[in-house]
Amino acid sequence: MRHGVKGRKLSRTHSHRAALMNALATSLLKHKRIKTTLAKAKEARKHVEALITKAKKNNLHSRRHVMRFVNDKDVVKELFSEVVPKIGERPGGYTRVIKLGNRMGDAASMAILELVDYNDVITKKAEEHKEKREAKKEAKQKAKSEEKDAEEAVEEKESKPKKRKKKDEE
Amino acid sequence: MPNPKRRMSKSRTAKRRTHYKAHSPALGVCANCGEVKMTHRACPSCGYYNEKSMFIPKS
Repeated sequence: MRHGVKGRKLSRTHSHRAALMNALATSLLKHKRIKTTLAKAKEARKHVEALITKAKKNNLHSRRHVMRFVNDKDVVKELFSEVVPKIGERPGGYTRVIKLGNRMGDAASMAILELVDYNDVITKKAEEHKEKREAKKEAKQKAKSEEKDAEEAVEEKESKPKKRKKKDEE
Repeated sequence: MPNPKRRMSKSRTAKRRTHYKAHSPALGVCANCGEVKMTHRACPSCGYYNEKSMFIPKS
């Protein structure tokens, strides 16, 4: 049974897999968006997100820790100086996987793995949505507060007959 | 070692294999360009997914 077995082996030995994950993490942080197979993208996502969370601490220890997994010094520099400030207070979920369909040749399902904050098209739209949502929220809250006043008046009337019912059951 | 007692008839084999079927892929229409595409995947002809441009196709 495969209960509770996490992760994929990707047909590689442990060291081969670790090297692959480091290579994928390095190129994602370097290029902000990479195209790979769906299985690799999903595995790499887990690896990279942990590294970015570590980088948010922004001290020498975390820098050295990340350096162990990223094969390029310049990329680490960029991660700490540019990527982390751009991510800001996002609590995880720094990456996005978009499925693309199957590859010619071996029909492997492909995907794009990207850093969420580096997709300019989507971040622009998200900001617009946020503005709209906040405007809606305010309108709703106003309506709700008015409704509440009305409901409280109704509840007071209803609460009295309920008490009577309980007594009947006893 | 344990072995099958009886030969499996052609008919039994064929009956079991009636459930081996090829499924057609789930197809939908792209909301952006109207082209037929696989569901839950970015459109290969316009690069849109979830009404957002994900990549620009080569052509």
